[in-house]
Amino acid sequence: MVNSQNIVARSATTLPAPHVRDDVVEVAKLIDVSRCIGCKACQVACMEWNDLRDDVGECHGVYDNPMDLSAESWTVMRFNEVDVDAVHDNAEGDKELAWLIRKDGCMHCAEPGCLEACPAPGAIVKYANGIVDFDSNNCIGCGYCITGCPFDIPRISEKDSKSYKCTLCSDRVAVGLEPACVKACPTNCIEFGSKKDMLARAEKRVNDLQQRGYAHPGVYDPQGVGGTHVMYVLSHADQPGLYSGLPKDPRISPMVSAWKGVTKPIMSAILGITAFAGFFHFITKGPKEEPTDEEVFGDDEDHNSGDRDDGQDDGRHQHSHEEDRS
Amino acid sequence: MTVNVTRRQFFKLGAAGAATSSMAMMGFAPESAEASVRRFKLTHTKETRNNCTYCSVGCGVLIYSLGSGGENAHQEVMHIEGDPDHPVSRGSLCPKGSGLLDFVRSDGRLEYPQVREPGSSEWTRVTWDDALNRIARYIKDDRDANFVQRNAQGQTVNHWTTTGFLAASGSSNEAGYITHKVVRNLGMVAFDNQARV
Repeated sequence: MVNSQNIVARSATTLPAPHVRDDVVEVAKLIDVSRCIGCKACQVACMEWNDLRDDVGECHGVYDNPMDLSAESWTVMRFNEVDVDAVHDNAEGDKELAWLIRKDGCMHCAEPGCLEACPAPGAIVKYANGIVDFDSNNCIGCGYCITGCPFDIPRISEKDSKSYKCTLCSDRVAVGLEPACVKACPTNCIEFGSKKDMLARAEKRVNDLQQRGYAHPGVYDPQGVGGTHVMYVLSHADQPGLYSGLPKDPRISPMVSAWKGVTKPIMSAILGITAFAGFFHFITKGPKEEPTDEEVFGDDEDHNSGDRDDGQDDGRHQHSHEEDRS
Repeated sequence: MTVNVTRRQFFKLGAAGAATSSMAMMGFAPESAEASVRRFKLTHTKETRNNCTYCSVGCGVLIYSLGSGGENAHQEVMHIEGDPDHPVSRGSLCPKGSGLLDFVRSDGRLEYPQVREPGSSEWTRVTWDDALNRIARYIKDDRDANFVQRNAQGQTVNHWTTTGFLAASGSSNEAGYITHKVVRNLGMVAFDNQARV
């Protein structure tokens, strides 16, 4: 699926990527939150495939385990017990308990904020099929990808100070397999295919949820980041915040675009002008020459009186020191 | 052949070399054209079909091991995932099944037969031959002593009620059939398996 020269964007790289062989299938993972039972098979399959073994944690009294994403837990189930409008035809204003479980992880944005923010050449790449991947060999551990991410996904490892996140199993997808979490999911909650197929599939699921009485089901494919290659079907799409604070309209932070979009070229220009001015000065005025002692101090014999602490031991210094003390 | 390099030329060459290598350090090096940053880890591993060991659902798994299977290559299980061709699970696995690799590699995994003699609190290691011979001996002795050919009314029953058999859950139909035949042929009545999660 991914062929030679299919990296279409590299972080901190000005050399344009080859764009001729880009007619590859755009892939997507669809997570139908309404079907998830929170079994965490996806979490285990992810760790198994990616050779990750996070530390065994402690029970915090909730089902979340681990409590947050880490450099060794690239996906976690987030459990929420929330009050929502009653689904079935009850009186106006009736509330009922909903247990919402969301598989959190990288969304693989079409316009990735992490890649935009990253200053390390080639540490973050985007493939033609839509996958955004980290090349940890090039990572400098600055953490700008975390600032750049509208979903707060990447995590810096305490072991090697490099940033890690879900790769959408780019190695599996490259040889034609589905990601490990997709394959494991026993309730068909996670599905994988072309983005076109996944959108059609999501539409069906939304219709089904509507028929079952949900007022605002929908597909989560936020356009603020150009759409994502991991999409959700939400039963309550009008309030994505219910699902552990899923942002309603995620966008790349203005700080990133200000830094990369405006500040960086200006600063680069200033840097260039400074270097050029230095060079021009050198060409016209020549190298700076070290003046001789005579040029600086003239012929005055007492010119060393300022060096009272340098501890030199010749007679002239001794003389001036004695003068100062008296 | 002798190359005459003056002191000044030598310094110039050295400076030029240091400058170009610094450029490479600062990211001006030509980029390597890579298709992807990750290699597929299962290429040419040996794939073996099996059943998940845990519950009675009996999901199909594919076990991938290092080594081609050649006589000098010692295989080592390095990845396990669901079997998409298995009619029960169609490639999916629960969290326990997804973590089978660590079950295989577990420190607490039983790797050989052990026996705890009556009155002893110690487990001692025995060979498979010892274990199977011993089990066969107990079965034979108990069956010889307690096999019932006819009941009180003189009817033929051919049953053996003093020993029971508990079979595993994750068996295929064929394994279940063979187990059944062996157990019933002995006349054993108490026969069950772990047919639940």
